[in-house]
Amino acid sequence: MSYFSEIYNGIKTLLTGMGVTGKYFLHSRKGAITQQYPDNRDTLKMFDRFRGEVVMPHDENNEHRCTGCQKCEIACPNGTIEIIWDRAIEEETGKKKKIIDKHIYHLGMCTMCGLCIEACPTDAIKWAQNFENSVYDRTQLTRVLNKPGSKVKAGVED
Amino acid sequence: METTIVNNDFKSEEYFINMGPQHPATHGVLRLLLTIDGEIIKKVEPDLGYIHRSIEKMCERDSYQQIVHLTDRMDYLSSHINNEAVCLAVENALQLEIPERVKVIRTIIDELTRIASHTLWWGVMGMDVGALTTYFYGFRDRELINDIFEETCGARLTMNYNIPGGLMYDIHPNFVKRVKSFIAHFKTKLPEYDSLLTGNVIFQKRTKGVGILTKADAISFGASGPVGRGSGYSCDVRKHHPYSALDKVPFNEALQTEGDSFARYLVRIQEMWESMSIIEQLIDNIPEGDYNVPTNAVIKLPKGEFYQRVETARGELGVYIISTGTKNPYRLKFRSPGFSNLSLLNHIAVGGKIGDLVATMATLDLVIPDIDR
Repeated sequence: MSYFSEIYNGIKTLLTGMGVTGKYFLHSRKGAITQQYPDNRDTLKMFDRFRGEVVMPHDENNEHRCTGCQKCEIACPNGTIEIIWDRAIEEETGKKKKIIDKHIYHLGMCTMCGLCIEACPTDAIKWAQNFENSVYDRTQLTRVLNKPGSKVKAGVED
Repeated sequence: METTIVNNDFKSEEYFINMGPQHPATHGVLRLLLTIDGEIIKKVEPDLGYIHRSIEKMCERDSYQQIVHLTDRMDYLSSHINNEAVCLAVENALQLEIPERVKVIRTIIDELTRIASHTLWWGVMGMDVGALTTYFYGFRDRELINDIFEETCGARLTMNYNIPGGLMYDIHPNFVKRVKSFIAHFKTKLPEYDSLLTGNVIFQKRTKGVGILTKADAISFGASGPVGRGSGYSCDVRKHHPYSALDKVPFNEALQTEGDSFARYLVRIQEMWESMSIIEQLIDNIPEGDYNVPTNAVIKLPKGEFYQRVETARGELGVYIISTGTKNPYRLKFRSPGFSNLSLLNHIAVGGKIGDLVATMATLDLVIPDIDR
């Protein structure tokens, strides 16, 4: 008797499981979370806080907010950020002031931990939501964040 | 153990096969050296080191803020809990008073991480015993948690949301709404897990009475997490040494006494229910306040030794810091749950079939970067 009840129970549990999959087979788009990437590229919007890569925003006068304090460089755990800087004499005050020559960002070494952006006292760098970072040559992953000819915005002090 | 000898001409003999390091059933780069006789396992020797990145050594180089992001890369399925372990150790050493808001948010995200880890484990567990469907169902529900993390923490896997002193930024305005809708969704999906896999007769035959670990062995091998609790060993750090907001929330410790693969499976299913109940109790009463307390830019721990233990999805993670008063730790040791749980694999797999080894290993829920570090 237990032999037949075992067969009966076995078939019953298999049918219970198949009931679940059958339900989804009939309502296949209900509750589907799959995204049709890359076909949905035009409508795809990443979350605001998504950590894609570090960028330095510039305004319309080609001015950024980076004073060259190097706090991001110190905060970075793996040497992703490198700042080449110089001292220039400020015209109004005649004092020597630190200015950045190049803010170099090695995307290939970045672990997206966000410590540099937390450390920045002037909000000069922020996250971009771009995530399609594959390139043919790894030298293209080394980026200079400040645009050529840009200068620090007047009044930004750390 | 019976050896099959048909007649004197056909003697069975032991031989050696290599499982891994790129075997899909070993869940990462774990290499197992198997000594088998026919299909019967005589010895299992894990061979480690394929994903060793010397995280403990790198911690000696980094400042205390920088250490946190390295722990993401150990047990990547419970990265938030690993982050919290380091942060709690540093905060206890500095004797910082952490705001209630931070504690509650940390606990909610911890439990979400636990659910995410267990849903992934459930999918992979089903796949290891031959049910491919479960994989997609597990990942479907995990995806919703990943969205919550992506919106609030900015990343899906290696979140680095905790900093010593609190959280990196406040929760997203949508966080509470999303968590509530996830809980409502998952409450209807978790019974499906049971009807799809738990009750399945083939699955039960594969797991019941397989890979038995007694309570005494679980204690002597240092098993923790669902592996220990499946053997009736009450070892939940959240219950015995509560941290963050866990001392204010009543919850049950999932315990099973059989000690076989099926018991470990049931513990994890039960833990998902408990995690949901913890989140439900906390999500409506997140206290107002700051999301971190300011610390010095350079954190220097006082001279001494500090230990903090937390319950990750896999078991007990311990962080042991020796400080000499400088900005780096002199030595930092992680007691990872996966390492102890792997050490008992030989004990419970010997005498079983090679197919059962895969099922047994799946219930140990090994994450290899956690073992190698």
